[in-house]
Amino acid sequence: MRKSIQRLRALIYKETVQILRDRRTLILFFALPLIELFLFGYAISLTVTHLPMAVFDQSNDTRSRDFIQALVNSGNFNVGLVSHDEQQVMAAINAGQVKVGLVIPPNFQAQVLNGKGSVLILLDGSDSFSVQSGYNAALSIAQKYSLDLTTQKVLGGGSSTVSNALTGQLPITTSTRVLYNPDIQDLVFILPGLIALIMQIIVVTHSAMAIVREREVGTLEQLLATPARPAEMVIAKLIPGMFVAILDMVVILAIGVYWFKVPFQGSILLLAGLSILFIISGMGLGLIISAVAKTQRQAQQLTSVIQMLAMLLTGFIYPRTTMPLWTQLIGDLLPMTYFVRVIRGIMTKGVGLTFLWTDTLTLLVYACIALGIAALLSKKRLD
Amino acid sequence: MTNEIAISSQALVKRFTGQARTVTAVDSLSFEVKHGETFGLIGPDGAGKSTTTRLILGLLRRDGGASSVLGYDSMRDVYEIRERTGYIAQQFALPGDMTVLENMRFFADLHGIPRKQQKSSIAELLKFAGLTEFSARPAGRLSGGMKKKLALACSLIHRPQVVLMDEPTLGVDPVTRREFWNLLGNLRAEQGLAIFVCTPYMDEAERCNQVGLIYKGRLIAQGTPASIKKMVPGHLLEFKPDQFVHARELVTGMAGVLELQTYGAMLHVFVDEIQRRQGEIEQALSAQSITWSGMRVIQPRMEEAFISLVKRQEAVDEG
Repeated sequence: MRKSIQRLRALIYKETVQILRDRRTLILFFALPLIELFLFGYAISLTVTHLPMAVFDQSNDTRSRDFIQALVNSGNFNVGLVSHDEQQVMAAINAGQVKVGLVIPPNFQAQVLNGKGSVLILLDGSDSFSVQSGYNAALSIAQKYSLDLTTQKVLGGGSSTVSNALTGQLPITTSTRVLYNPDIQDLVFILPGLIALIMQIIVVTHSAMAIVREREVGTLEQLLATPARPAEMVIAKLIPGMFVAILDMVVILAIGVYWFKVPFQGSILLLAGLSILFIISGMGLGLIISAVAKTQRQAQQLTSVIQMLAMLLTGFIYPRTTMPLWTQLIGDLLPMTYFVRVIRGIMTKGVGLTFLWTDTLTLLVYACIALGIAALLSKKRLD
Repeated sequence: MTNEIAISSQALVKRFTGQARTVTAVDSLSFEVKHGETFGLIGPDGAGKSTTTRLILGLLRRDGGASSVLGYDSMRDVYEIRERTGYIAQQFALPGDMTVLENMRFFADLHGIPRKQQKSSIAELLKFAGLTEFSARPAGRLSGGMKKKLALACSLIHRPQVVLMDEPTLGVDPVTRREFWNLLGNLRAEQGLAIFVCTPYMDEAERCNQVGLIYKGRLIAQGTPASIKKMVPGHLLEFKPDQFVHARELVTGMAGVLELQTYGAMLHVFVDEIQRRQGEIEQALSAQSITWSGMRVIQPRMEEAFISLVKRQEAVDEG
């Protein structure tokens, strides 16, 4: 036991020295997450504003100009082209000059006064984000004007399909209240997930390189020839990496809260505890990759695949409920899937373990299994 | 097995299965290394030297036969073996960003040497390896020779009874190589260590008590360097002809010529009877107007013996 502790201490010291003295990697450890955080934080926006719009106003009266102004004032549309026929509007969309076309029929003012006003909105169907966003914005403004809104998705080659026609005068009035994120700010939704993503990237990449690098450099052979046990080597790789990851998490979380002003509603202690669980799970996953991969190149490729899957399948951006079961199951293999819910739950909703116990338990089981597999795969031999 | 045997290998086999075929890297290898003995496993690149070393240490799984160190089985008792042996891998494989002193402490800790004891043993070994003044330098920034000496010092920190070294002087200058071997000689003499060393250098083989010649995974000869040299039949004549290619062709077919080897611009001719054949060769060369210089009888060295034994093995293999 004394010898085992002495070996473990020596191995941890070696790993720590190697992390601290490799300045370039250490800088990247902190710089990359920050770059990613700022890039994502500023670049990702799920609502599209200032969509360029071509307008063909056949009425050109007070009401039609009011309506156009309302669209512009909403911040969702800019008039990019004033057109004189419908063909020209279509051509501008096809050319990518504008994303939206607005066709207002003659006698618009009179029709509105009779309660029979209608407009045609043409949307660029090749860009689903713009379509969704433009459609929602136009619909809400049209409702105010009690208009029939006919939307068409414009596909390639000038063909178009009528997607739906909506009656502006709704028989019932609905009222919606958005919980936790009343202004529906994207960043409130994105940032917690983004922290989870960045942390998974750091942790998995770092640990995936750990064993395979030693194997390539040859230090693994020298270490295996000593009494050091594989499990001791795995634990030694885990501990210093975990401290760096925790420090990284604190930095990006602080930037999220103080720079991007994303509210933090829940318990910081709970988040700290569950973050450590998540970091250990991610390291276990990385160590499995490291033990399976024969070269650093293979390890890098495997980590890239995991990063891509994490973007798509963990609920970071795309809702998991709409995914087919098999893709959900693949997502279940990534610790981030559980941590995205945990961090959103704690940061945005301020909920505690009562609501998060299933994800917590899953992460705990995940960490144990992943580390167990990693220790089993880290053999006492080279073959 | 008697107590004086430190390393034993009996019909040891290792196969590597690739996508296309299975290669037998080590084929029925049997040898023994006694305490206080230096055993040199000599062979060209790819002969199976590293694989044999790794099998003995239990770093690779064997496919047949048996091997043991100090009576401990290489597969079953890996940690008993690793606690009692020192190992220098072929590649320089000590953490390069740790200093010389940190490396020594690291390996001392891995072997469970108490801290109090470490202080004196590390100082002693650094002095022995001539590294005392470099103790604060990162291992990665040492010269090739110093790296090897550090590896040796680290492998000795736990006072092992057996040391295995895989081409420890690869890429090291001749002066450092000599120094390194002097260190090994001292160790064997003073501490009675069993040293197992793999090397492609024939001059290093001369420094071993026992030598095994490995070729294509098989041990084709073993014994003392002197006995290996005696395995080559006949006597060795050396001369430098002015028309090298012509002379070689001429001598090859002559009666009594057992084998011909080239050595730079020299021809090394193994003959059955030295007096008779030397005269015949000189006559034949003169008849063809080939002049020569430095015709003399020499003792075969390990290099000639090794080439001769390999050629003989190849002839047997080809049937």
